[in-house]
Amino acid sequence: MSVAIETPRSPRPVRRQRRFNFEKWGWIYMRASGVVLVVLIFGHLFVNLVAGQGVKAIDFGFVGGKLSQPFWQIWDTLLLWLALIHGANGMRTIVNDYASNRLVRRIFKGALIASTVLLLLLGTLVIYTFNPCPAGSPADLLPSFCAAP
Amino acid sequence: MSNAVLENRPAVPEEIPTFTATLIIRRFDPEVDEEPHWQDFDVVMSGTDRVLDALHKIKWEQDGSLTFRRSCAHGVCGSDAMRINGRNRLACKTLLKDLDLSKPIYVEAIKGLPLEKDLIVNMDPFFESYREVQPFLVASSKPEKERLQSPVERARFDDTTKCILCAACTSSCPVFWTDGQYFGPAAIVNAHRFIFDSRDEGAQTRLDILNDKEGVWRCRTTFNCTEACPRGIQVTQAIAEVKAAVLRGRP
Ligand code: SF4
Ligand code: FES
Repeated sequence: MSVAIETPRSPRPVRRQRRFNFEKWGWIYMRASGVVLVVLIFGHLFVNLVAGQGVKAIDFGFVGGKLSQPFWQIWDTLLLWLALIHGANGMRTIVNDYASNRLVRRIFKGALIASTVLLLLLGTLVIYTFNPCPAGSPADLLPSFCAAP
Repeated sequence: MSNAVLENRPAVPEEIPTFTATLIIRRFDPEVDEEPHWQDFDVVMSGTDRVLDALHKIKWEQDGSLTFRRSCAHGVCGSDAMRINGRNRLACKTLLKDLDLSKPIYVEAIKGLPLEKDLIVNMDPFFESYREVQPFLVASSKPEKERLQSPVERARFDDTTKCILCAACTSSCPVFWTDGQYFGPAAIVNAHRFIFDSRDEGAQTRLDILNDKEGVWRCRTTFNCTEACPRGIQVTQAIAEVKAAVLRGRP
């Protein structure tokens, strides 16, 4: 059944007049990142799934090779940051809409920002430090294309 | 010759075909009921009848306690917006024959506003947000002579002058359902009507009001409002134009 709101538009506590309007910039960010993401995502999908030998080419070596080129490092970093923040902001809107309890809303938003920051840091770390053939590892753990030490 | 006139006389009109429509109405009497409940009614109606006529027939012939608002009965006053088969419509503009009569017709009050009785909701919050956008002409010049406006300038906001404040749009908006603080489409439509009026000088104030946390940015471009508006106003487009005006900082 429908959720009845007791007093819609009840006077809000304080109307803070902030110079930086978060909602406005959030809205602009969604539009701007959306446009860039269309290019990034479809470029990513095309290169991974269609170009060359297509989807069959994807394996550990393929990903390792991509992550060793500065071009793809930047591409993937942009993809990671734009998409993750885009998604997190969307989640934030949904939480604002549906979590009417103050505390629950706090917890959700806290969890959201924590997981977003963690994923951004981890993802960025992997993109720039990934090494498919770490020096000094036992040969049987290394992929076949690594030059024998 | 004179016979021809007689012969061509229109045949005695056949009886207007009638049909039985089943309406399932969400009833709520605050003095008796804890919760709203659905009740069905069968009424014999004809092809020219509207949902409002069916409601009248029920109220006048079957159950006088059925409560709903209506005034003009011709789509002008905006008092009989309700949810008909899950869509916000004016009961006086919805022909029964346009609905699927093989199934019952579900009628309930519009959502998101406090239910008072049967099909009546408390419209105060709706008009509250309407008032907040200052829906009146703000002009500093003395009204000594008419304020001239070219047809092009008038056309700029023509669409949003058509609003009858029926609340069909605002109460169809999923953001309004869950976040009762959102201004809602109708308030933005009526702000649009003055923001883009060349004679008005209060656009800046209204843009500031709508550049609020609960203002235009809440709009998720769902298009429910455009679909619901009985006046065919391009509500979502009007909201988008106000968003663009806020970004520009001027109309
Ligand atoms: S914009 Fe349309 S749906 Fe909304 S209140 Fe005005 S007439 Fe009704
Ligand atoms: S009764 Fe006036 S709009 Fe329907």
